[in-house]
Amino acid sequence: MSPSVAELLLQRLERTPPGPEGGLCSLEAAAALGLDHQTLVGAVKSLQALGEVIEAETRATTRWELSAEGEEVLRDGSPEVRLFRSVPSEGLPQSDAMKLPGAQVGFSKAMANKWLRLDKGAPGGPRIFRAVDAVQDVVQSSLRQVQEGNGSSLSERERTDLKRRKLLLEVTLKSYWIRKGSAFSTAVVRQETDLTPEMIATGSWRKLPFKAYNFSALGLPPTCGHLHPLLKVRSQLRQIFLEMGFTEMPTDNFVESSFWNFDALFQPQQHPARDQHDTFFLQDPAEAPELPANYMARVKKVHSQGGYGSQGYKYEWKVEEARKNLLRTHTTSASARALYHLARQGKFTPVKYFSIDRVFRNESLDATHLAEFHQVEGVVADRGLTLGHLMGTLQQFFTKLGISKLRFKPAYNPYTEPSMEVFSYHEAPP
Amino acid sequence: MPTVGVKRDLLFEALGRSYTDEEFNDLCFEFGLELDEVTSEKDIISKEKGEGKAEGASETVLYKIDVPANRYDLLCLEGLVRGLQVFKERINLPRYEKIIPAKGEGQKMIITEETVKIRPYAVAAVLRNITFTKERYDSFIDLQEKLHQNICRRRALVAIGTHDLDTISGPFTFTAKAPSEIKFKPLNQSQEYTASQIMDLYRTDSHLRHYLHLIENKPRYPVIFDSNGVVLSMPPIINGDHSKISLKTRNVFIECTGTDMTKAKIVLDIIVTMFSEYCEKQFTVEAVEVTYPNGKTHICPELAYRKEKVKPELINKKLGISETPSSLAKLLTRMCLSSHVTGNGNNIEVEIPPTRADVIHACDIVEDAAIAYGYNNIQMVIPKTYTIANQLPLNKLTELLRLDLAAAGFTEALTFALCSTEDIADKLGMDISATNAVHIANPKTAEFQVARTTLLPGLLKTIAANRKMPLPLKLFEISDIVVKDPTKDVGARNYRHLCAIYYNKSPGFEIIHGLLDRVMQLLEVPPNEENGYTIKATEGSAFFPGRCAEIFARGQSVGKLGVLHPDVITKFELTMPCSALEINIEPFL
Repeated sequence: MSPSVAELLLQRLERTPPGPEGGLCSLEAAAALGLDHQTLVGAVKSLQALGEVIEAETRATTRWELSAEGEEVLRDGSPEVRLFRSVPSEGLPQSDAMKLPGAQVGFSKAMANKWLRLDKGAPGGPRIFRAVDAVQDVVQSSLRQVQEGNGSSLSERERTDLKRRKLLLEVTLKSYWIRKGSAFSTAVVRQETDLTPEMIATGSWRKLPFKAYNFSALGLPPTCGHLHPLLKVRSQLRQIFLEMGFTEMPTDNFVESSFWNFDALFQPQQHPARDQHDTFFLQDPAEAPELPANYMARVKKVHSQGGYGSQGYKYEWKVEEARKNLLRTHTTSASARALYHLARQGKFTPVKYFSIDRVFRNESLDATHLAEFHQVEGVVADRGLTLGHLMGTLQQFFTKLGISKLRFKPAYNPYTEPSMEVFSYHEAPP
Repeated sequence: MPTVGVKRDLLFEALGRSYTDEEFNDLCFEFGLELDEVTSEKDIISKEKGEGKAEGASETVLYKIDVPANRYDLLCLEGLVRGLQVFKERINLPRYEKIIPAKGEGQKMIITEETVKIRPYAVAAVLRNITFTKERYDSFIDLQEKLHQNICRRRALVAIGTHDLDTISGPFTFTAKAPSEIKFKPLNQSQEYTASQIMDLYRTDSHLRHYLHLIENKPRYPVIFDSNGVVLSMPPIINGDHSKISLKTRNVFIECTGTDMTKAKIVLDIIVTMFSEYCEKQFTVEAVEVTYPNGKTHICPELAYRKEKVKPELINKKLGISETPSSLAKLLTRMCLSSHVTGNGNNIEVEIPPTRADVIHACDIVEDAAIAYGYNNIQMVIPKTYTIANQLPLNKLTELLRLDLAAAGFTEALTFALCSTEDIADKLGMDISATNAVHIANPKTAEFQVARTTLLPGLLKTIAANRKMPLPLKLFEISDIVVKDPTKDVGARNYRHLCAIYYNKSPGFEIIHGLLDRVMQLLEVPPNEENGYTIKATEGSAFFPGRCAEIFARGQSVGKLGVLHPDVITKFELTMPCSALEINIEPFL
């Protein structure tokens, strides 16, 4: 088998004299071996991975190269010399001169070098004349120096000048200074990547060298399915409710009648409170065919005349308005239904109900508001409950979420009184 | 929640002290208000029209305060200050007095029969010897606008007109006339117009054009004029210029007309209680006699004080506190509900002023006691209610299936329940009438036309939005769809569907089929016809011919699976083959 690049390199390296001077320049080594520099760099890298076989120090060398424009000047001469040569003994009108290729740059340079003079008052317009008989194309010869590899023979100022005129490019070359390492040997040993069943069977693993594992890279991500983040929160909240003894209410009806969504919840028919929730009304089915007759009569009475200790709203309550179907604006309509069934049960039993489901609002959308979102609702029905119990229940609920500091603020809801908004806060760190 | 804008410095001046923004925020929090924004006129114009237009605008600090929707007495600076001062016990709630003039001396308003069909109710009152400043005048106008927007339901239920009494002379007549018979110079105009011309005049007015429809197509328009035929106003559109109020006005005639008597009375009460503060005889209102078509007279304004008795135990029990009756009475008084202990010290008599029309039940009084006590001072306790929790079987099944589908390597999506008609019909090769879908009446865009009858479009749109993700894409969703159902009390119902799709360079029908087998295995439904499930080849408009099957479980069709039809794939802007499964899981409960 022909030796690999790495092996060739090692062989070359062996021949270098010992001591700090002994070493190879990667560029020279690549040239000597007839290889592309990058191939050699690859070999250097693979040798480095084997441990202390070699030492490689990065070095940067700068080189000078001609730009594309620079190549052009080398071939045809600099613009100022070309222009000079185009001016005959009787001179050339400036307007004509400017039409020649490279004239713009060439003219200003030639004027600066005092090779040409401009007679502004000449008949027929400004005219250019030769100011000297002959010139030397210093720029071209400088570029030739660079081309031949003698860029360093030019002065700093000349190089800067040529660079500014975009004729010269400074190129940085990264190379390596390669020396023998502490574990140097000319043999390139192939390393195993992984344990195989044969190695286990034969016990050959005891003698084989293994490649170092890269612990700083990430592993392979497992191909698994995922649950939706919002629904994971829903599961978490559901779990909290169940832990607190709350029973889940049925909420599997997105379509609701205005009766259950508004009227049964004491939200008046023609009132801004009903607009608080901008609502999706239905075209089809537009009206709810069935509403509970006796209950509806009681609801009508309280809205229009009062009752159960209330003054009522004292307006004309219309059943057509209550029949209007909509997409529910809150899950409280489901709670109303649940409490209605509880009330019809005969003997009262205390209950704790909850639901987490989707609601719909016809409001303008923005970065934090969609037309559909989820609401979390809880109801406790028992004798002797107080506002303190409500606050305590909320406290327990949020503590289970990791939120323990709560503040309560008075608010307004057509169907709750006292009403409150809950805020949570963190103490500022000392 | 209505928002009231008040000049901060005016507010502090009236409150008698200044606050930092934070202190005022806390005060609002306690009382049930919200300091929504601290801004200035300059800031507002800057935000709406750009900084250039804001040059030269006022930089006076404005507080935007959110006020509960049922508190009409807090909709102006005067009311806010009064409420807060009583809350902080710096002043006592003023007593509003109705002054009934001697016979023959008071103002009268006569309502004729013609109003019955268009705007039957009216109430009126007079504020005597009032002193306006620019701020008070602006506040007066703003309150009317706020009331118009809220309780008046954008002037449909009640419209307010305010007039300089010294420019007109009663008795006043409230009637309805044909548009051609009404002619007057509207507020701030330079010439007279007939009512029909006024409709045209204000058709493009950004503010008034929204109210024209309330009377435009009626045969008669409402109009109020005085004994000399001078038009006061044409409610609900515009007042007359003749009786307009200026800073020099000393006597104000206020009329509220509308279609809801209760609300008209409340609105009048609010205006007069708020601004009688600036009358020479503070907090007095002069009554007006209103005569109805049937001859009955009514003295306005109502300004009723209502007395209710509340047991202290009730308040203590509802809140979970134990305060003495006298301290409870004090708490209520701080909330503008003047109270004192009566009976043998075991009852509290609460007086509800005309500014608190929101108090309609004992629980409202209980709430006010709680606010004055301070919600955050109430001790939190856990209810002793002992209950065993039960999961809803449908949700329990959903949770179990979700976990196993994710374990099978599928990713859960959460998609919208509302979509366009194309999404559930045309794009799936069906006609909308065949879908039995629920249609929305007022969608803002096409994306909200119908409620979904299948989960498939949502999942396909999710894939379309994630085309750059590495293949295969395996999604699922277990969620509700909606269909019409005449047997339900509302005429529609939800069904819980499970939908899964596989999107890759090859359709992967066997993978979706395998998923179905796995789901059935989890549901303990064996793969046989007698007591389990089978799949039978069928045709489906959304599926590729020859690659579609219907799923039957225990004799009932529960859904379909197959390779999606290329038309479906392209209509949803997808490019790879795709197979899908959708079933109703409710039969498996």
